[in-house]
Amino acid sequence: MTTWPILSLVTFLPVFGTVLIYALARGNDEAANRTARWIALWTTLITFVVSLILVWRFDPAQADFQFVEKASWLASGITYHMGVDGISLPFVILTTALLPFCIIASWKSVTSRVSEYMMAFLLLETLMVGTFSALDLVLFYLFFEGGLIPMFLIIGVWGGPRRVYASFKFFLYTLLGSVLMLLAIMALYWNAGTTDIPTLMHTAVPRSLQTWAWLAFFASFAVKLPMWPVHTWLPDAHVEAPTAGSVILAAILLKMGGYGFLRFSLPMFPMASHDFAPLIFSLSVIAIIYTSLVALMQEDIKKLIAYSSVAHMGFVTMGIFAGTTQGVAGGVFQMVSHGIVSGALFLCVGIVYDRMHTREIAAYGGLVNRMPLYALVFMVFTMANIGLPGTSGFIGEFMTLIGTFKVSIPTATFATTGVILSAAYALWLYRKVIFGVLKPSLAGIKDLTLRECVTLIPLVALTILFGFYPKPVLDMSASSVQQLVNNYNTAVTAVKAAALLQ
Amino acid sequence: MSFESAGYQLLPVLPELVLAAGAMVLLMIGAYRGAETATGLVTALAVGLLVLTGALELWLPAGKLMTFGGSFIVDDFARFLKILALIGSAATLVLSAEYLADPSRRIFEYSILVLLSTLGMMVLISAGDLIMLYLGLELMSLALYVVAASNRDNAKSTEAGLKYFVLGALSSGMLLYGASLIYGFTGTVSFAGVAAAVKTGSVGIVFGIVFLLAGLCFKISAVPFHMWTPDVYEGAPTPVTAFFASAPKVAALAVFTRVALTAFPGVVSQWQQIVVFVAIASMALGSFAAIGQKNIKRLMAYSSIGHMGFALVGLAAGTAEGAQGVLVYISIYVAMTLGSFAVILTMKRNGQHFENISDFSGLSRTNPLLAFFFAMLLFSLAGIPPLAGFFAKWYVFVAAIKAGLFTLAVVGVVTSVVGAYYYLTIIKVMYFDEPLAKLDPMRMELRTVLAVAGLFNIFFFVHPGPLVSVATAAAKSLF
Repeated sequence: MTTWPILSLVTFLPVFGTVLIYALARGNDEAANRTARWIALWTTLITFVVSLILVWRFDPAQADFQFVEKASWLASGITYHMGVDGISLPFVILTTALLPFCIIASWKSVTSRVSEYMMAFLLLETLMVGTFSALDLVLFYLFFEGGLIPMFLIIGVWGGPRRVYASFKFFLYTLLGSVLMLLAIMALYWNAGTTDIPTLMHTAVPRSLQTWAWLAFFASFAVKLPMWPVHTWLPDAHVEAPTAGSVILAAILLKMGGYGFLRFSLPMFPMASHDFAPLIFSLSVIAIIYTSLVALMQEDIKKLIAYSSVAHMGFVTMGIFAGTTQGVAGGVFQMVSHGIVSGALFLCVGIVYDRMHTREIAAYGGLVNRMPLYALVFMVFTMANIGLPGTSGFIGEFMTLIGTFKVSIPTATFATTGVILSAAYALWLYRKVIFGVLKPSLAGIKDLTLRECVTLIPLVALTILFGFYPKPVLDMSASSVQQLVNNYNTAVTAVKAAALLQ
Repeated sequence: MSFESAGYQLLPVLPELVLAAGAMVLLMIGAYRGAETATGLVTALAVGLLVLTGALELWLPAGKLMTFGGSFIVDDFARFLKILALIGSAATLVLSAEYLADPSRRIFEYSILVLLSTLGMMVLISAGDLIMLYLGLELMSLALYVVAASNRDNAKSTEAGLKYFVLGALSSGMLLYGASLIYGFTGTVSFAGVAAAVKTGSVGIVFGIVFLLAGLCFKISAVPFHMWTPDVYEGAPTPVTAFFASAPKVAALAVFTRVALTAFPGVVSQWQQIVVFVAIASMALGSFAAIGQKNIKRLMAYSSIGHMGFALVGLAAGTAEGAQGVLVYISIYVAMTLGSFAVILTMKRNGQHFENISDFSGLSRTNPLLAFFFAMLLFSLAGIPPLAGFFAKWYVFVAAIKAGLFTLAVVGVVTSVVGAYYYLTIIKVMYFDEPLAKLDPMRMELRTVLAVAGLFNIFFFVHPGPLVSVATAAAKSLF
């Protein structure tokens, strides 16, 4: 379709921005900071615009990978192979779309080492887009793990008081999960003679290797997503990260786990996925119920949202491993929706944090009196977080639940209670922060500025748009999801039939 | 029968001859001009001599050359590692310029000892029998003992030299004992002869292998023969530490690989157990013991112990892929180590050198570029992609997985996560902590070494092909 490598362009444009910042924004004076901010903003905006060309030229009827680029790289079976399909494209767009918001959100709140901060974000964007568009396992691993470096620095340098602890925990947890995946990648390489993802998707993997490789991939993605009980790094990382870091973490980095399950676990190890589905269901249900209960007890706004993210990711894993069209499509949609909603919630927290420098729930109250616009915006996202019909959150949860009902009724039943629990903690948070008597310390607080409106209004619009009209996302992913589900079911039934014959 | 037709051509040893003769000439220059004036000149000429030797090595006709009745082998494997050892030595001499510029330490013999040690390494790398192995090993080590103690007025340096000498002599004894056992049971000292004679692992042969490998483990500072490393690394002058961490490791690992793969291919299962154990023990000790270190040189010592463990993972596979992994690993390791030591040598405020990790505090704000390069080197040492260190680990582990050594691989990657912790600690000190005073300006030669090593390390992923394909060819020449 295209003769020039548009996907690589989207991936590596931010690196160009990094170089530009390094060259032009030297020093720590205000002028350099301003230059760094503007270069970062323009780079992310241009990247976003270029990524829209992908959407425009994408053929949703085609299930296979598009915009494919291939070049020799490491060895015969390990190539530089890029491409997107209906499952990865939404995440690519999510990434490029959210980055400008992150830059704008950091405009005033980051004042020290601005150019380094912006460079870290741009580098992170490259690595995230690369993760979603890599079609070679080694290349994927490179992007996937490389993201640890900038995120480690973002949390550690610009984070809160316990940033050292949080950044180390984030880095080491994720690394430990990922190195096991690396070994599985090597085993797959020797099994098939290549790490090319499309080839591997059509290569039968022996049953025992499937089990071990599935577990190894699971170790990595379960930490990244995160699933209970390996979620404990997330609240720490969220609380200590700067606002934009939390946004990226919740909106995109977590999605890499879910994307990994969709891209690798289900298509490459269908039997193991089938065998381990009960495990995933149990962990998902525990995550939904347990972390929702934990969220009810939080005193820190960011921590509450972090725990709610774990619960929402529970819906995603449950839907994905249900292996039904609705479940998988719902999983994809839920991830996109959660990317928008949780990102926006963290932006909202950042707005009051910038004013009051505290995230204690108890420090707030009665904000509606001083910040009516903020109260409205925050309400939309709270409702989306609960999964109120008419917001994007509803569609994802509903579809994953339907998809799971077909496979496991108890799982879906227990998971549904999560909807009630999420209403409990989210409304409780909203009441505490927004309603009630205005705290005297908040008397001087100002409503949203124009800059903050610019970051939040588009997200409000998207949340409501996708709530009423989810078709764009669902259409984009439909045929790829269908193919994935078909292949999965064919593989599972084939093995089951063979077992019956014996 | 002429001298040449009996297998005694001198062409294959031409680079070594030039290096040896050149070292003697430099010694004369130093002796006649006096240490005061000659040190700088001798160092510069020594670097030139190393470059010349490397060029000659590349100029030698391609293919497998043998001389002295097969006891000296020049194959692709030897060429690859000799060039690497020469690069390591030359870079060390460059890094030593400041150390030697100090009026109280104008010792021109330093460069000559480095040259002689390098000569030993080249002989060691090309060794085709046990005698040549011992000859090369001792030539390398004797020179190393002296350079370790080259800062004569410093008690720590002297102690380091003595410790290294005593323990080194012990390990040489073990190696000789192992060699004599092997000779006794096979009746030959040449690797090819031993390989032909050893088809099954009799008790005598196994004992011989154990003692021989124990002696070699000492040289690459693998656990349980690592005890000297932290003390010697800390006590020796920093440029010498950089030397210890790079070129001799290359040579010792080379001979380790050559002996294991060419002398004992018939008893892989026997020595594989030893290598697996040593690899696991080195990786684990290197990772855990480094956590508590306060001194950057001691930390680098434990780090090098761990890295030798990782390199041995490749050897444990006992295959061509494994040997290739070892070669890629050691090449990248040398680059990372030299770059790191260029940073450590820059740690100077008001003319005073610092060696504590806490002295790196806030380096990212006072010297951002230096801190960035060091951080990238440390991430690379931890094996984080897309840096070179990741590819090093990739090649050794991919070989281990193919050979079915799953336990080794899992232990290896888990210890690499533990190892990542202490590298992160240094990055934390540089990036998260409050800055101290600015460092003295970085010397030109240190800048050069750091820039070359750092850029290689960061951009290796763009085009890994050349190094990997040369390593593949080199590994194949052993089989």
